[in-house]
Amino acid sequence: MSQPAGHRDEGLIQLIDPSGRRTPNEELDPWVTDVDVDALRGLHTDMVAIRRIDQEGTALQRQGELALWPPLLGQEAAQIGAGRALEDDDFIFPSYRETGLAYCRGVDAEDTLRVWRGNAYSGWDPFGKNMATPQIIIGAQTLHAAGYAMGIKYDGGSQAAITFFGDGATSQGDVNEAMVFAASYQAPVVFFCQNNHWAISEPVELQSNTHIADRPVGFGIPSLRVDGNDVLACLAATRIALDRARTGNGPTFIEAVTYRMGPHTTADDPTRYRDANELDLWAAKDPIERLEKHLAGLGLDTAELQAGAAVVADAVAEKLRKAIIGLQDPQPMDVFENVYSQPHATLDRQREHYALYQQQFADAGSATEGGAR
Amino acid sequence: MSALTFGKALNAGLRHSMEADSKVVLMGEDIGKLGGVFRITDGLQKDFGQHRVIDTPLAESGIVGTAVGMAYRGFRPVVEIQFDGFVYPAFDQIVSQVAKLHYRTHGQVSMPLTIRIPFGGGIGSPEHHSESPEAYFAHTAGLRVVSPSNPQDAYVMLQQAIACNDPVVFFEPKRRYHERGEVDLDGGMAGPDLGSAVIRRRGTDVTLVAYGALVKTALDAATAAEDDGISIEVIDLRSLSPVDYATVEASVKRTGRLVVTHEAAQTLGLGAEIAASITERCFYHLEHAPVRVTGFDIPYPYSKLEMHHLPDLDRILDGVDRAMDRPNSLSSLEG
Ligand SMILES: Cc1ncc(C[n+]2csc(CCOP(=O)(O)OP(=O)(O)O)c2C)c(N)n1
Ligand SMILES: [Mg+2]
Repeated sequence: MSQPAGHRDEGLIQLIDPSGRRTPNEELDPWVTDVDVDALRGLHTDMVAIRRIDQEGTALQRQGELALWPPLLGQEAAQIGAGRALEDDDFIFPSYRETGLAYCRGVDAEDTLRVWRGNAYSGWDPFGKNMATPQIIIGAQTLHAAGYAMGIKYDGGSQAAITFFGDGATSQGDVNEAMVFAASYQAPVVFFCQNNHWAISEPVELQSNTHIADRPVGFGIPSLRVDGNDVLACLAATRIALDRARTGNGPTFIEAVTYRMGPHTTADDPTRYRDANELDLWAAKDPIERLEKHLAGLGLDTAELQAGAAVVADAVAEKLRKAIIGLQDPQPMDVFENVYSQPHATLDRQREHYALYQQQFADAGSATEGGAR
Repeated sequence: MSALTFGKALNAGLRHSMEADSKVVLMGEDIGKLGGVFRITDGLQKDFGQHRVIDTPLAESGIVGTAVGMAYRGFRPVVEIQFDGFVYPAFDQIVSQVAKLHYRTHGQVSMPLTIRIPFGGGIGSPEHHSESPEAYFAHTAGLRVVSPSNPQDAYVMLQQAIACNDPVVFFEPKRRYHERGEVDLDGGMAGPDLGSAVIRRRGTDVTLVAYGALVKTALDAATAAEDDGISIEVIDLRSLSPVDYATVEASVKRTGRLVVTHEAAQTLGLGAEIAASITERCFYHLEHAPVRVTGFDIPYPYSKLEMHHLPDLDRILDGVDRAMDRPNSLSSLEG
């Protein structure tokens, strides 16, 4: 009888260890031979930029400019590593925390954030960015990715689909069904699970009695369990998975082992359920510092590196703040928009009645009887 | 009597039920250490243990499905669905299993589940956090569906729901969680029958039926209408399945006019059902067709628009004006 592996830390694929040292890995090394110092510098800048967008998100929520914000703090390497492995025409099906993926796709930060202000449900055109609108229903997007990939297979496309979800999501039926479909049809899809150790207050051990990466294997889907705080390993693993997809080898599952360093959202209070020591442990594995140490080992001056990244991050942040604070509220009648693509008699009548109702308020100045009170 | 918030009253109701019956277990996401995202189960895991307050994996179909199994085994599970919009993955278990098992086993298996769902809008939430899905469940035979509107009812009705041998879908108006009211903690589950409506305010001109969060809005509307010399009778429906038609009918026979309000969409909502039933029952007493003041037939809108979707005091009073044949927003369409 084989036994579940539990959550021991061996078997984690790494290319850069927490001290910044490059550790060889036979399987991944060939996939990052092109990643030179400039490319690493680019990955560093990306991570700094999305951490900054994230901090702005939290600050804007505190200032009352956003209703809520789901921080990605700590998950920068997983998102940038995966994001920079993708081709522009690969289609992304994200959850709500994938600020970094949106950044890689050229989504303006204000478009990512305005959804959290309550000004829109979707910040960008999914077909313009080849990235679906963020998914809040846990795990639902994984089926969409599997189906999109089936479509790629059936219409002879050369792209891949990739879906992002959390450790908690792996408990949902949808995610397991997505693996069944992807495996049955050998669909070109990558399942990218950011195991950040928590689903709100629930530890990953409650969701999985074994490494998450062990589970897809049971569905016939090969998996990689990578250090999610190692941007180079995440880049390499995603490239491997995408290559498998593009060469007719079907789905791959990546478990990126990382940590949610912030609260679940700005509405959450993690001190109620998790030990502060845990945070210290993970702070020592910080993805950005790790790359800085690695680059210092390659002879780059850390202060100069940080200053260069800060220029980019500052510019993004300034534009973001202006745009968010300057957003106009929607108009009352917008409430009826886009329910259907064609006229719908019942709804049209409700719209007409509500317009008359609103009209009373416009007339209210002169009204003395009836109408708006 | 103690002044408690709605949320604390629910917490007290759960505690009381758990003390009274060792087979009562709570199941849900984040309900243990965290005490639930709304803190309704705060402190209960500490006091009753992990085997009575069970943090579940993140899977709603799994939660309800395993609760069914627990019920087979003689437990009385109280399930928390974290937000209204997350009940849909469990819909199959609720509709095909929870609702029907008593029927399918010729009464041999009962499903004394309580499925608690924080519901409704008005708190500026993101997508899928402000839904009013009660009609789906009221439409499903085999389920009882209730919604308390105040802390005292929250306390009593939750205990009654848990004690009930039928499955009860228990809709909690989340935007009222922080509102305070007097609760008779010593009274246990004594109170009006779980299936009954309650007249919250007497009036003579029009019957206004509401439930959940809108009961307070309806009462405010009735107070405002006094200034215009209109006397509104406010009925807190409390039970959506069954509906206490006897109470509504008797009221409408006195007032001759009916307005029903809910946040949920209009089409095939509770308002439609109540309007039809009351028309059948008191056609010759009605001075005007029943009026519905509801959310629109749209997906719940993003939060900057929600105030245009949700019935508020003004929209309810406009509905009252329609029922009273007074000048109203649709007057221009008449004639
Ligand atoms: C179907 C469904 N159930 C419950 C929730 C509430 N919820 C939002 S996020 C979350 C935890 C998700 O954890 P995980 O999948 O690990 O992703 P993470 O938030 O850690 O990125 C829960 C329970 C939801 N959004 N959708
Ligand atoms: Mg997680």
